[in-house]
Amino acid sequence: MSTLPPYLTTGQIAWHYGFRVICALIFFFLIAPIIVIIPLSFNAENFFTFTPKMLALDPAGYSLKHYEDFFTNTNWQAALYNSVRIAPVATILSVSFGTLAAIGLSQSHVPFRSTIMAILISPMIVPLIISAAGMYFFYSRIGLQGSYWGVVLAHAALGIPFVIITVTATLVGFDRSLVRAAANLGANPVTTFFKVQLPLIIPGVVSGALFAFITSFDEVVVVLFVGSAGQKTLPWQMFIGLREQISPTILAVATILIGISIVLLTTLELMRRRSERLRGMTPG
Amino acid sequence: MSDTIQSGPVLAADGTPLKRSLQRALRRQKMRALLLIAPLLAFILITFILPIGDMLFRSVENEIVSETIPETVDRLADWNPDVSALPDENVFNAFYVDMFLAQEKKEHTRLGTRLNYELTGVSSLFRKTGRRVTRFDTDIYAKQFIALDPAWKDPQTWSALFDVSSNRRALPFTTRSWDRWGNYLRGEGKNPGEEDIEDFLFSALHEDLTRLESTDGVDPLIAAATQAVGGFETVSVRDQFLDIDKDWGRQDVWRIIQVYSPPFTTGYFLNSVDLQLGVDGIKTRSEDQRIYIVLFGRTMFMSLMITFSCLLLGYPVAFLLSNLPLRTSNMLMILVLLPFWTSLLVRTSAWKVLLQQQGVINDVLVWLRIVDDANRLILINNQTGTIIAMTHILLPFMILPLYSVMKTIPPSYVRAAKSLGATDWTAFWRVYFPQSVPGIGAGAILVFILSIGYYITPELVGGTTGVFISNRIAYHISSSLNWGLAAALGSILLILVLALYWVYDKIVGIDNVKLG
Repeated sequence: MSTLPPYLTTGQIAWHYGFRVICALIFFFLIAPIIVIIPLSFNAENFFTFTPKMLALDPAGYSLKHYEDFFTNTNWQAALYNSVRIAPVATILSVSFGTLAAIGLSQSHVPFRSTIMAILISPMIVPLIISAAGMYFFYSRIGLQGSYWGVVLAHAALGIPFVIITVTATLVGFDRSLVRAAANLGANPVTTFFKVQLPLIIPGVVSGALFAFITSFDEVVVVLFVGSAGQKTLPWQMFIGLREQISPTILAVATILIGISIVLLTTLELMRRRSERLRGMTPG
Repeated sequence: MSDTIQSGPVLAADGTPLKRSLQRALRRQKMRALLLIAPLLAFILITFILPIGDMLFRSVENEIVSETIPETVDRLADWNPDVSALPDENVFNAFYVDMFLAQEKKEHTRLGTRLNYELTGVSSLFRKTGRRVTRFDTDIYAKQFIALDPAWKDPQTWSALFDVSSNRRALPFTTRSWDRWGNYLRGEGKNPGEEDIEDFLFSALHEDLTRLESTDGVDPLIAAATQAVGGFETVSVRDQFLDIDKDWGRQDVWRIIQVYSPPFTTGYFLNSVDLQLGVDGIKTRSEDQRIYIVLFGRTMFMSLMITFSCLLLGYPVAFLLSNLPLRTSNMLMILVLLPFWTSLLVRTSAWKVLLQQQGVINDVLVWLRIVDDANRLILINNQTGTIIAMTHILLPFMILPLYSVMKTIPPSYVRAAKSLGATDWTAFWRVYFPQSVPGIGAGAILVFILSIGYYITPELVGGTTGVFISNRIAYHISSSLNWGLAAALGSILLILVLALYWVYDKIVGIDNVKLG
């Protein structure tokens, strides 16, 4: 990147830089909308654009009032409470069922493996609106529609494919002779799982959990149909806010959520590095 | 060098033949694997697969007609509209019983709404009839039966009569009506032996008695009534219905009930493709009702546009990322992954804020004098808004598969091409690009699958012209309550997505789906 070969023609040099400018513009397109939200959320006015005071970097142009609104408004607080109540439970369900099944799927002789895999992955493939419609119809038949557990079960189902995919991927590099060694040394299957297998596949499990968590925490279509007013989550409240009375508080919430995504992204990256390091030590 | 030479099969340590022992071990292993998978499989079946199955079922299910007006459906089957313009008195008698019970259960409006999808005006006809069906002149039957024997007034008499099988056999229609009435009352927590006998039961009884041929073995009360019923004053139920609304004399109303009598219908699916199963068979809907073909077409077109824009923007970025040193490309990758990890609602809010006429983009354009202040661009609540916002949202899904394919293309190929005299363009187009095609295929199908079923973003930034078929599905579920049509539209979309997914599986494989 740094040094260009000396034999390049002017046209080639122009293209080299021109291409980089194009890419920079695309990166700008990717990231700018998210970055722009952050300063706008500190706007002292109820506008969605930069006021002259903000552009002049006048402290009077900035305020925390939208954040204050978020932390004091009962609607937003109820939504936050619901999100925090639903996402972790859905995550625990997806991770515990998903990890077990992924271990089962990674065994050498599984009948109907590809069919089972297709079924387990299907919640990720089917468009959300169709899942939402089906769940709405079926859950109202069995009385789960509009209940806390209805939303939790629906979100758990949506999170499972991510857990399956990440955990199966980690298990590909798992050395099965370690399990046999543990059994040989007298450990029962449960001890083997918790002492040998789980520590090695934990990066996959954690990243699966993060995916499952973000799926539930960020999900709005299914909760919109399966949930009722009592299960109004943060994305739902944002959806209403955007559709009806668009208030700048949404920008404050968005900024907070961007902070959360950065934390999640960092965790995931650290997990990936740890997994690579571990895999480097064990052959195959 | 053992002294004993083993003959026969090789044995395992416990003495069983090795082959069988191995088979058993293998079977146990399979069982263990299945046992580990079973809980999740059951979970997914209940929480996800059954709901999808329910939706598919609802797209053809039409039991509401035969459940609400079973007697009418039964008798209407014999009516041939070519022979008689209107169903005969029998059908109206049955319809009277059905409607009476339906309005008691408050089910007639639901049926009216259902049939109104197929023939406009039926809904109000049913509502109007439901209000008036309890005040028919059929009370003359009640009066005449009670005058004949006051015991008919007593619900206990009826209870006792319809407990005896010979009576039930003699009066089939009345028996069925009495049973339905009894079931309804018990469901309400009432006792059928204590509630007043309604007029419709006497009307049914009258019909049964006029048809009764032999009074052998029936209750004397019924036998006596059979003798007297010939001299009863009668009332035409058909005229009563025509009195309420002359639309009951319209052949198409009855034809539509007849056409939609079966428990399953293709009506919803036909509706989804702008056709209609009407009284004269399948025909196209009128001009102003044809919306779904256009909507499917628009969904396809916009998804293609979005896929194309994603490819246009994603290809250079993936190319750059895969050719930079790992350290730099990992840094730049964050710029791709951060939007990927940011809440969908956050990104949609961002675009909603940016694209407004008084929003940041228009402000900047005005400031740069590219756009006149009076003619700010309309970027939101139309197709442009949807395409811009969704391209941004789905771009990472294009970049990531492209990147993982480009990463595997050895740079020496392009160098070899150039050293053999190819220009930069030829080397790229003839050598590099063909090798990146699998990535394009994977990314494009992924983006297309995702965009075709999108709901939230089009709903928020699409206005009326930038919405997808999914928005219509949501509308039918929550606003118009035409669940059957929503299910049929959903089923078509599902089949489309599964077909695309099958292609994706052929190109990439499910197991190769990578995240992050």
